[in-house]
Amino acid sequence: MTTMKTVTGAVALALSTAMVAPATAQTLNVAWSQDATGLDPHTQPGFATIRLLELMYEPLVRLDANLELQPAVAQSWEFSEDGTSLTFMLDPEAMFHDGTPVTSADVQASFERILDEATGAISRANYTSIVGIETPDEHTVVFRLDGPDAPILNGMASVNAAIVPASAIEAGTLDTEVVGSGPFTLTDRTPNANATLTTFDDWHGGDVAYDTIEISVLPDETAILAALRAGQADFALINDPLVATLVPQTDGLTLNSAPTLSYYVLQLNAAREPMDSLPLRQAISCAIDRQDILDAALLGEGDITGPLTSPAYRTDPSGLFCYEQDQDRARELLAEAGYADGFSATVIAATGEPPTASAIAQVIQSQLGEVGIELEIEMQELSVYIDRWLAADFDMAVALNGGRVDPYTMYNRYWTRDGNLQGVANYIDDTLDRLMIEGRAETDEAARREIFAEFESHLAEMAPWVWLFTGNTYTAQVDGVSGFESSPTGTLFGLVDVTLAE
Amino acid sequence: MQYFLRRLAVFPLVMLGVSVFVFVAIRLVPGDAITAMLGTEGGMLTPAQREALAAYFGLDQNWAVQYLRWLGGLLTGDLGISVTYGQPVLDIILERFPLTLQLALMSMVVALAIGLPAGVFAATRAERPSDLIVRIFAMVGQSMPNFVVALLAIYILSVGFGVLPTMGRFIPFTQDPLGNLAQMILPAIALGTAFAAAVTRISRAAMLEILSEDYVRTARSQGFSQSYVIWRHALPNALIPVLTLSGVEFGYLLGGAVIVEQIFALPGLGRVVLDAILQRDYALVQGVVLFIAFNFLLVNLLVDLAYAAIDPRIRYGGRK
Repeated sequence: MTTMKTVTGAVALALSTAMVAPATAQTLNVAWSQDATGLDPHTQPGFATIRLLELMYEPLVRLDANLELQPAVAQSWEFSEDGTSLTFMLDPEAMFHDGTPVTSADVQASFERILDEATGAISRANYTSIVGIETPDEHTVVFRLDGPDAPILNGMASVNAAIVPASAIEAGTLDTEVVGSGPFTLTDRTPNANATLTTFDDWHGGDVAYDTIEISVLPDETAILAALRAGQADFALINDPLVATLVPQTDGLTLNSAPTLSYYVLQLNAAREPMDSLPLRQAISCAIDRQDILDAALLGEGDITGPLTSPAYRTDPSGLFCYEQDQDRARELLAEAGYADGFSATVIAATGEPPTASAIAQVIQSQLGEVGIELEIEMQELSVYIDRWLAADFDMAVALNGGRVDPYTMYNRYWTRDGNLQGVANYIDDTLDRLMIEGRAETDEAARREIFAEFESHLAEMAPWVWLFTGNTYTAQVDGVSGFESSPTGTLFGLVDVTLAE
Repeated sequence: MQYFLRRLAVFPLVMLGVSVFVFVAIRLVPGDAITAMLGTEGGMLTPAQREALAAYFGLDQNWAVQYLRWLGGLLTGDLGISVTYGQPVLDIILERFPLTLQLALMSMVVALAIGLPAGVFAATRAERPSDLIVRIFAMVGQSMPNFVVALLAIYILSVGFGVLPTMGRFIPFTQDPLGNLAQMILPAIALGTAFAAAVTRISRAAMLEILSEDYVRTARSQGFSQSYVIWRHALPNALIPVLTLSGVEFGYLLGGAVIVEQIFALPGLGRVVLDAILQRDYALVQGVVLFIAFNFLLVNLLVDLAYAAIDPRIRYGGRK
C-alpha cells in the first residue's frame, strides 16, 4: 500500500513538474473570472475592466486601502481659500510607458476628453463643476470650479479619470493600445483568455518586487479554486461568496476580504401606489430582518448597513429607523396606511447578478409574507432588468448598487432634485436635497460627517429604499505571496506591494 | 459530381438565410452594447453622450442599413470589426478555430475509440451479462451532463495528478505537442465520453441488425472465423448510422463546446460566441454564427459523400 502511494506520488510529481512551465520566481500568476470589456479607461465603468486598467493607468490621485487620498500622477494638491479652484502639482518623475514625461498638457487633454460629451465618458457627471483648466507650467494644473465642490477630489481618484497621453487622444488609439503611467505595461492580451503585464521599470511610484503578471481568465470560479490548489495560480479574485468560504478550508491558501462600498438594497418605487404611503414603506422596513437575509443568502458574509457605506461615514446602523425587525409595529403601520389586510406587489431581481439576488428576493418574500404583504418575484435576464430599472418600471427591486467613497458622489444621482437617476429613486424631499447641497459645499471633515449622518437617518426613516447590507470583496492567495492589502474599492493596485517567496 | 455541385449551389442560399436570422435574432435580445458595457451606470449618460456611444457601436443606423452594410462587407470577405476585441472578426475566428477543430477531432477519437469496440462487443454478446454492463455504462455516460464529467475530471486528475487545465493560455500543437495534448486531453474526455455512449448504443443496435442478415449467416456457414465475419463483413455495413451520428455531432462540436470550454477556460469558438452575446458584440456574434453554420453545412456534405465511399450501393444523382 505504501509503495503504491509512493509510486502514485512520484507519478504525480513527475507529471506536475513536466507540465508546469518552469516558474521563475518573478512571475505572479493571477486568475479571475471576468475579463475587461475594453481598454479605454474613460469609457469603461465595469468592475473587471477597472481592475485591469488601474494596474496600468494612473489618475491624479489614488485612494489607499484606508480610502485616504494618496499621490499618483499628482504629487500634491490644494483648494483655493474660496474653494473655487483646485491646483495640482504633478510629479516631475511621472513618465508614460513610451518614455515621455507626464505633463500638465496631458492632464488638460485627458479632462477635456472626459468632459467632451462626444467621448461618452461615464464619469463626466462627477466633474461638471469644472469650468476651466489652466496649465501655468509643465507641472502645474489648475481646475477652475463653478463653486466649492469638496467631493471632486475623491471623484478624481478613479481610473475613469486616468491621465492619458495627449498624443494618444489625438491618434485615437485609446481603445486598442495602453500607454499609461502606471506600474505595469500591457505586453500581450487575448480578450476573455489571458493577458501579460510587465513591470514598468521607470514607474515613478517605486519598485515592484517581481517582473511579470500573467493573468488568466477562468470563467468558472470553482476552476479558479482548483487552479489555486494545483499551484497554477498564485493569486485570484473571487466574486462568489460561496466559493470564497471554501478557500480557508484548503491548506496553503489564504483568503483576503474587505467590506465593499457597494450595497444590497430593496428599492421601493415611491411613485407607485401603495408605496407612495410613508407608513406603508416604513411597515416594509420594519418587517425585514436584515441579519436573517444576510445569513440565508450570503452565508453571513457581509455587514448590515445604513445608506452610508464608506468607512469614514459609516456608523453603527442599529440606531436607524426600525433596524431591528418589529412585526407588530409593521402591522400597526400597515393599518395606519389603510392596508391592515396587507397588499400584493411584485419585486424584480436580475438572474445571477449578483449570484445571490434570487436567494435574497426569496427571503424577503417570506419575511413580508408574515405581515400580510404578498410578493411576487420576477427574475429577469440582466439586460431586461437594467432596462426596467432605468425606466423605474417596478414595484420593488432587489439591487446591488455601486458605492463611492464620498457620500455626495454616491447619492447625488438619486437623492437630489436634478440627480441623473432621481427618476429611478422616485422619491425626493426638501431635507434630502438641502443636506446633499450642504454636503457638497462643506469642506470641513467633521461638519460633513454631521451633515451626512442627518441625511442617512432621514433617508432610513422616509424608507424610499430599504438598505440591507454590504458584501465583501475577496482575493485568495497561495502561501509564498505576501504583502497584499485588500481595499473596500476592490482594487488590485495592492499587487505592487506583493513579494513572492522563492 | 453533379450532386456535389448542386449541394454546393445551395450553400449561399442557406448562408443568406442564416445571416438574416442571426442578424435579427441578436438584435431582438433586449439590451445593446451600451447596456452591456455600462449596466445601470448608463442612466448617468447625457443624451449627447448616449448618441456618441451609439455612433461608436454602430447602433445609430436603422437595421436595413446595418444589414446591407454588413452583407456588403461579407461579399468582400470582411466580417466587420469586433467592438470588444478591437480586431477584425475574421482574425478572431481564425485564431480560435484551430483549438475548436482540434478539440472536436480529439473528442471524436475518444468517442469512437471507446464507443465502436464497446458497441461491437455488446452486440456479439447480446443479452449476456457483459452486454448488460456495457449498456448500463452507456446509459450512465449518455445521461451524465458533460460539465459534471468535466468538473469531476478537473478535481480528480488536476488536483490529484497535476494534469492541468489551460489557465486561459492555449499552447498550439505545432508549438509544443506534449503541452498541447496535456491541455486538451481532459476536455476531450469530458466531451467524448457522452458521445462515446451514444456511439456504443448506435453501433450495438446496428450490429445486431446486421448480424441477423442472410449474408452474414452465409459468410459464417462458409467457415470464416467469427472475428473475420464481424470486422470484415458486418462492421462496414453497421458504420452508416454511426457515420450519420458522428457527422452531426462533429458539425455540432465545430461550433464550439460552450460549457466545456467555459469550465476548462479554453479560448475556443464557444467561449467567443458566448462572451460576444453577453457583451452584445453584434458583429462578432454574426460572424461566428455564420462561420459555424458554414462548417455544419460542409461537414454534412462530406458525410453524404462518405456514405457512397463506404457503401457501394449508395450512388447520388442516378446514373449518367
